[in-house]
Amino acid sequence: MELRAEKLAFGYRRHAVGRDVDLAVRAGDVLCLLGPNGSGKTTLFKTLLGLLPAQGGRVVLEDRDMAALARPDIARRIAYVPQAHDAVFPYSVRDMVLMGRTVHRGLFAAPGAPDRERADAALADLGIADLADRDYTRISGGQRQLTLIARALAQETPLIVMDEPTASLDFGNQVLVLEQVKRLAAKGLGIVFSTHNPDHAFSCGSSVLVLENGLSRAAGPPQEVLTADLLSAVYGVDVSLEVLQSGYRVCVPPALAG
Amino acid sequence: MVPRQAGELKPGLALSLLALIVAVMAAAAALVGPYPISGEQIASAVLGRLGGQRDPSLGQVETILFSIRLPRIGAALLVGAALAAAGAVYQGLFRNPLVSPDILGVSTGAGLGAAAGIFLSLPVIAIQGLAFATGLATVGLVYAVATAVRGHEPTLVLVLAGVVLGALAGACISLLKILADPYDQLPAITFWLLGSLASIQPEDVMTAAPAVLLGLVPLVLLRWRMNLMALGDEEAAALGIDPKRLRTLFVAAATLMTASVVAISGVIGWVGLVMPHIARLVVGPNFNRLLPASMLMGAGYLLLVDTLARTMAETETPLGILTAFVGAPVFIWLLATGRRGW
Repeated sequence: MELRAEKLAFGYRRHAVGRDVDLAVRAGDVLCLLGPNGSGKTTLFKTLLGLLPAQGGRVVLEDRDMAALARPDIARRIAYVPQAHDAVFPYSVRDMVLMGRTVHRGLFAAPGAPDRERADAALADLGIADLADRDYTRISGGQRQLTLIARALAQETPLIVMDEPTASLDFGNQVLVLEQVKRLAAKGLGIVFSTHNPDHAFSCGSSVLVLENGLSRAAGPPQEVLTADLLSAVYGVDVSLEVLQSGYRVCVPPALAG
Repeated sequence: MVPRQAGELKPGLALSLLALIVAVMAAAAALVGPYPISGEQIASAVLGRLGGQRDPSLGQVETILFSIRLPRIGAALLVGAALAAAGAVYQGLFRNPLVSPDILGVSTGAGLGAAAGIFLSLPVIAIQGLAFATGLATVGLVYAVATAVRGHEPTLVLVLAGVVLGALAGACISLLKILADPYDQLPAITFWLLGSLASIQPEDVMTAAPAVLLGLVPLVLLRWRMNLMALGDEEAAALGIDPKRLRTLFVAAATLMTASVVAISGVIGWVGLVMPHIARLVVGPNFNRLLPASMLMGAGYLLLVDTLARTMAETETPLGILTAFVGAPVFIWLLATGRRGW
């Protein structure tokens, strides 16, 4: 299973956001998408998910053009984890996860006992089995993000696209979510996620794509691609990289270090 | 692990209880009225009709029961259930717990169609058709306006568009009232707009029921997918459904239900707004259970209000007034105690 973008131009009919983006994600890959606010990350994701049509080039999913695939065909291959949001209605956590089973059931069917088992297994997999009967509106942001990841697992797709899964989470929850990203990739899932923190690319990206003004600024393994110069240029502030004793790389803004 | 809230019933049990309560209420409603009818008389009249044999001593009882009381009870159940179901659909579809058929203008739009039908002295079936068409057109227009106006909070635009177009339809209704024949057409139009089941005929129930059932079919069949619509288009699409097509279908179904009952009952507010809320508090937001719970509560509530309307005083109080009197305090209580969110 492979998700590929070839010379992809993305955006809206009268408003181009980006172009000439090439990327590929296979089973076990973690592609980390970096880029400042307004660089087009979310629009690129929508295009990769087939929610927006490609404005040029193409998105290829398992050797088939995304434009030729029907909604259920896409949803059986790529799951989408949006940013943890406030739901309007107080669905139970289990019901939220069950919604991921929809594509595996008939048009008129509601999820049954086997689906509930899968949903509970996905929740258990992420260590939040005890939340199953709670209201989604009454759990913490981190728990919501994990619930949405559980929903993607219940969807049983080989690929998962996560839109800033660590945004608006506290430090502990960020670590928890990134741990899951690494673990899922180790289990053979292909994952694309965007983040505002370059450290996340070092800690769990097998490759990184840096987007700037809708153009691919750099792509490749994080250790090679993410240099202090590149990060300084892209984010417009001085950045230096430090390697900790454990070999872990972190970005440090010298302006704040003194 | 937080324990489930006190008093929260298992959804299946809650639904069975609701059904039982509504059945008991319907039976009780058949007993009350200006002309006293006993339980035995009802039983033998109903059995006689089912068996094809009529007891001649029950002549007047039969007439009152089968031509007046039972059609009216049936109409109350039908109208209440349809309005509450439509309200539950609209709220989920537009991801806004404050949207109801009235707020989107479908009731007023359908009322305009009905008023125009009366003004043109059309037969009942044509009035229903016109009410349905204008109800659908109103919701379509509200939705189109809300979609066209970008860059604002979408739900706010939606509600505002509904208010504006509802007011426009209201103005058209006023115009028709001025132009209408004051002895014949005007009372009929006024009757529609106040909402009443006082002059329900058995045929009214028979014409509205199939349309309501037709609207109910897609809602029941696609009930699970309705939950996904409440997440928003992008998430719904990413989960593998086609939100645009589903929305069109759901709006058409809910509008069919609303328009066809408004055609026989007139504009009755509150049921479509408040009943889905209360149902959600009892069985949660999952549409699998929310739909039947809303319908049962809507049916029971309107039956209660209509029974009060026809027994409380010499002159009947219009339903639209009573539902607001009961609905407003309940709604305020809900807002104040909203522990669960919506």
